[in-house]
Amino acid sequence: MQRKEIIAMLLAGGEGRRLGALTQKLAKPAVPFGGKYRIIDFTLSNCSNSGIDTVGVLTQYQPLILNSYLGIGSPWDLDRSNGGVTVLPPYVQSDGGHWYKGTANAIFQNIFYIERYNPQYILVISGDHIYKMDYDKMLQEHKKRGAEATIALIEVPWEETGRFGIMNVDAHDNILDFEEKPKNAKTNLASMGIYIFNWDVLKSYLTRDDENPYSSHDFGKDIIPRMLQEERSLFAYRFKDYWKDVGTIESLWEANMDLLEAFPTLNLHDTEWRIYSVNPNHPPQYIAPQGSAKQSLINEGCMVFGSVDHSVLFYGVQVGDKSTIRDSIIMPNVKIGQNVKIYKTIIGEGTVIGDNCTIGVEGADAPITLIGEDSFIPSNTKVKN
Amino acid sequence: MKNVIGVINLGKPHSMLDELTRNRSIASVPFGGRYRLIDFTLSNMANTGISKVAVFTLNKSRSLMDHLGSGKEWQLDRKIGGLFMLPPAITFPTADYKGDLQNFYGHIDYFNRSKEEYVIVCRSHMVCNVNYSDALQFHIDSEADITMLYNRLDPDTVDLSNCYQLEVDEHHRVRQMSSDADEINTGNVYMESFIINRTLLVEMIEHCIAHEQYDLTESLIMQNIDTFQVNAYQHEGHLSIINSTTSYYNQSMRLLNPDVWRGLFFQPGLVYTKIKDEPPSKYIETADVNNSLIANGCIVQGRVENSILFRGVKVAKGATIRNSILMQECEIGEGAVVENMILDKEVCIKRGQTLLGNASEPVVITKRSTI
Repeated sequence: MQRKEIIAMLLAGGEGRRLGALTQKLAKPAVPFGGKYRIIDFTLSNCSNSGIDTVGVLTQYQPLILNSYLGIGSPWDLDRSNGGVTVLPPYVQSDGGHWYKGTANAIFQNIFYIERYNPQYILVISGDHIYKMDYDKMLQEHKKRGAEATIALIEVPWEETGRFGIMNVDAHDNILDFEEKPKNAKTNLASMGIYIFNWDVLKSYLTRDDENPYSSHDFGKDIIPRMLQEERSLFAYRFKDYWKDVGTIESLWEANMDLLEAFPTLNLHDTEWRIYSVNPNHPPQYIAPQGSAKQSLINEGCMVFGSVDHSVLFYGVQVGDKSTIRDSIIMPNVKIGQNVKIYKTIIGEGTVIGDNCTIGVEGADAPITLIGEDSFIPSNTKVKN
Repeated sequence: MKNVIGVINLGKPHSMLDELTRNRSIASVPFGGRYRLIDFTLSNMANTGISKVAVFTLNKSRSLMDHLGSGKEWQLDRKIGGLFMLPPAITFPTADYKGDLQNFYGHIDYFNRSKEEYVIVCRSHMVCNVNYSDALQFHIDSEADITMLYNRLDPDTVDLSNCYQLEVDEHHRVRQMSSDADEINTGNVYMESFIINRTLLVEMIEHCIAHEQYDLTESLIMQNIDTFQVNAYQHEGHLSIINSTTSYYNQSMRLLNPDVWRGLFFQPGLVYTKIKDEPPSKYIETADVNNSLIANGCIVQGRVENSILFRGVKVAKGATIRNSILMQECEIGEGAVVENMILDKEVCIKRGQTLLGNASEPVVITKRSTI
């Protein structure tokens, strides 16, 4: 196998418990996003656009949809004879089987995969964030500074610091300390869960971590603190663009709504940095004479006979006559009958909604209503959160 | 469907679309918001399960080659079989192209080297969604030499110029065919697709060439209606015949009927095309869209009515598009008005401009022009 300068390890085993009904049958990275994509498309497209052609995808929770979606990686131009996408589920070894016990352990269990490419650097990313980032710029910075580990960070609102891994840095962006979900944060610089390591350094830490029975085998909780303790050179790489953790129903809804701005920070129309996805081969969308669409993102294969306002429609959605959809996210192949009102609702793939239903609550401060995939809502039903 | 190979015959000169085919073959004329005409024929073959297809080209094939690539979108990037691009095998500069049969003869090895028993030959200007399995079974069961596919259209309402019409008897046998509506006006329109046994096809090609006959339809089929058993199989779904700029426009506009939209794009199979990875289309607050087909990657801020927008079209605030077809990446400036027009790819209409065409004779604006 030809040596690779850098390969990516993409953590995609997350259960995404806080996404409720949306992750009953699929892992969080496979949750649909933005009218066309699945969340993992963003990191895979980032890899491809950054010139990283070898990506190991670590799966564990409900992997079927994700595995079949990834295929041989061709939608992301990652169908390569040397490298490409490799799905890495937990497996049985001579001493028995082991689930991935933590993010670091997942990488540790796949040392053989990494060693096949004998890389100099390793990029560790997670498949549940929405952002566009050139990992190559981060790598060049890592090399220029002679770092052993570089961690991408972003400024978050102070009130949200308790949800993130928070870093304290000096004037030269050397990382001084790292606290996982602190109650009283010293800074508002959050780790984005994007790491570049020198592979030989990481390998030794992973091996030692595996031998430590008290470790939770997690990058944020164990590996990074240990490296800081031992005064390794850890640098921060500042990122200023759009980045969103879509781990909750609220943040998933918000991230979708962000795209509806006239000039969204996350520009999907940027031809220099396309986000690739598996194509369902549907025809252009049809907006009927009585239909209308405003402030919305609508994908191919949709038929709109009603009115769609400030909403995201995935492919193959049908909206019946005199129906109104507002502030909502309608996932693929949902069929909506006539005279239906839908407000601030996320509707899972393949759901059928009868006529004259009212779903969700109107108003900016109303809670989000969630309807799981393949549900059936009979005519004349009222559903709200 | 292991026992059949496909041929898409583009070897017949076809200048009926004027401006739209100035720099491209008819097979690569954009249609239906995101497709090219050849996509329908290729998808029909893919959905039938045919995994070996030859495209006999003539000229202006740059855009066609670019579009087809390795044939991946139609599942034709195969180790066994796959897509064969076969341009005319004639010597330049003294080339003298005599007809599409010459092209078949030049690539006779494509047929000789195949093991499959049957060949389906199609062209690309008849737009339909068909699974050829039933037609092939009909061909086998009826022990025909040649089975021609046809569709029943109303000759009073559809322009059938340059089309062959068939006279079919009660045993499905073709008794007569003609491209002259004064001779035959049955409404049984030959879809320029037929099924034939491979060995018979090879024999007939060689026979025709030996007798200096070079037109596939006329020499190989028409002249042999009495000699061979030539049957007809009726296709019952939607058919659009693209034989003039006006028919291109009218047939495009028919897609705004939801029944036609469903019938052509979903039944019996999906239609595949080259993927562009455009994001979903975006409608801004001021957008006012109705009765239109919009492909992905569009940004609509103005008014769009009875129109078809291909991928990546941008319509600025206050602009009005009515009864028009805008191909890939057209940009319409603020307050511009476009009515009854066909805009080829990447046309830019500056702010405040007004372009009014005539619905019965739509005007085509040349690719990449700025007005």
